[in-house]
Amino acid sequence: MTAAGSGDRGATAAAAAIRLEGVSKAFGAFRVLDDVTLRIPRGQATVVLGRSGTGKSVMLRHIVGLLRPDAGRVFVGDDEITGLPPAGLAAVRRRIGFLFQNAALFDSITVAENVAFPMRRHTALSDVEVRARAGAKLAAVGLARAAESMPGSLSGGMRKRAGLARAMALDPEILLVDEPSAGLDPVTSGEIDDLLARTREERGTTLIVVTHNIPSARRLADTMIFLHEGRVIARGSVDDLERSGHGLVRRFMRSEAGG
Amino acid sequence: MAAFVRTAIVPPLARGGHAAVFAGRALREVFRPPFELRETARQVYEVGWRSLPLVAAAGYAVGIVMSMHTRASLERFGAEALIPAALALALVRETGPLVVGLLVSGRVGAGIGAELGAMKVTEQIDALEAVAVDSFKFLVVTRVTACMLAMPLLTVVMNFTGIVGGWTAESAVSGMGFEAYFRAAFSLLQFTDYVPGTLKTVVFGFIIAVTASYLGIHASGGTQGVGHAATRSVVAASVAMIAVNVVLVRLIFFLFPETAE
Repeated sequence: MTAAGSGDRGATAAAAAIRLEGVSKAFGAFRVLDDVTLRIPRGQATVVLGRSGTGKSVMLRHIVGLLRPDAGRVFVGDDEITGLPPAGLAAVRRRIGFLFQNAALFDSITVAENVAFPMRRHTALSDVEVRARAGAKLAAVGLARAAESMPGSLSGGMRKRAGLARAMALDPEILLVDEPSAGLDPVTSGEIDDLLARTREERGTTLIVVTHNIPSARRLADTMIFLHEGRVIARGSVDDLERSGHGLVRRFMRSEAGG
Repeated sequence: MAAFVRTAIVPPLARGGHAAVFAGRALREVFRPPFELRETARQVYEVGWRSLPLVAAAGYAVGIVMSMHTRASLERFGAEALIPAALALALVRETGPLVVGLLVSGRVGAGIGAELGAMKVTEQIDALEAVAVDSFKFLVVTRVTACMLAMPLLTVVMNFTGIVGGWTAESAVSGMGFEAYFRAAFSLLQFTDYVPGTLKTVVFGFIIAVTASYLGIHASGGTQGVGHAATRSVVAASVAMIAVNVVLVRLIFFLFPETAE
């Protein structure tokens, strides 16, 4: 097991895309994040592991500014988002793509319009260009034929892939992915992993992936973080976590459970 | 005593204060750019155009019923000639605006409460924020603007179809012609009868949209929460509208004294 930051592939050399400094968050009496300090290297894939309800999704929501910490600070690049006014926060959010755990597709518009939505809002692209790019994003996740379907008619896995296409619509610097494998068969899950890995390699996208799927985590991770009861209890490479001094981390890493 | 205040007094006051801040923000943002014109137009279609058949049908039925009641009352005094004008006055000043308000509160208020509630519990509102869209502006302000624009127009439709309904009932009894009925109906109507009553529905539209949006956007608890948000939207918007109407009528009497005569 390594101390935070050591043992990561190039983590110390790369500039931080995201920093959390002493972030704490409680809902009522339940403390979800407890003084979390993290540094996510730019252009790398960081996989966040942990049992259900340990604050993984809450951490992602802090990074995109959907939640504000009770204490501590969150930085995206050089911008401290915890104190940003709405306009500044919107500018930061345009650099981030977020795949929600349940995809959160807009259910009153088609799948293609879901993917086109961020482009229509934030680019000067023509309607033809927006449609073409939305089609390409959907093709990349294997959903070209579902473009004109309504979200309600899709299976859980298809919704997830459509959500991923929407998250990548603006080719964001940072991609936050909450449970990409949930509800997917192993083959599709592997294809999504390949797409995420390719996106990181080709565009230098910083990936933060929350997952329970250990094979998927092994495929993607440059760095792994293990959250337990709101605290980071392990951090490092796949090998580091497999040799962790924490029994829970070792047990987790030995499991081959899919999403 | 302190526990009673903390549990029974403070929470409702806090909710009321929160709702008032929400309403104030909505009113401010309606007039502040950028305007979500495309989404506002879509909401005007949803709120206005799609409510048109309901309002027109209800107006026609209300006109028939009012005509029958008016005839029953005025016949006693031998004042049947005043039936069209009496019906038009009652319809234009109060019945039309209030019935439109209640109808829209039921159809649109429930729709807004349920739609925003469902968007809340399925994280679609968070998804809007995550793609750098101001969800308040996009979801709430567009609906508030649409309701404020659509309500006076729907009231005009309700008044017109109400008078047509009145003529239908009257012609069945007395054989009165369409043109003669309309001329009689508008013979006593003044500008101050028509305009304040119609324009007060802008306030009704604001109340309906803000109440339903507030309850929808704060929905919680899955599908049950969505159902509660829809039901509470109709009840709260209707009660608030009727209460505010008392103040508005008093205000109209104050600003246009001739309407109180």
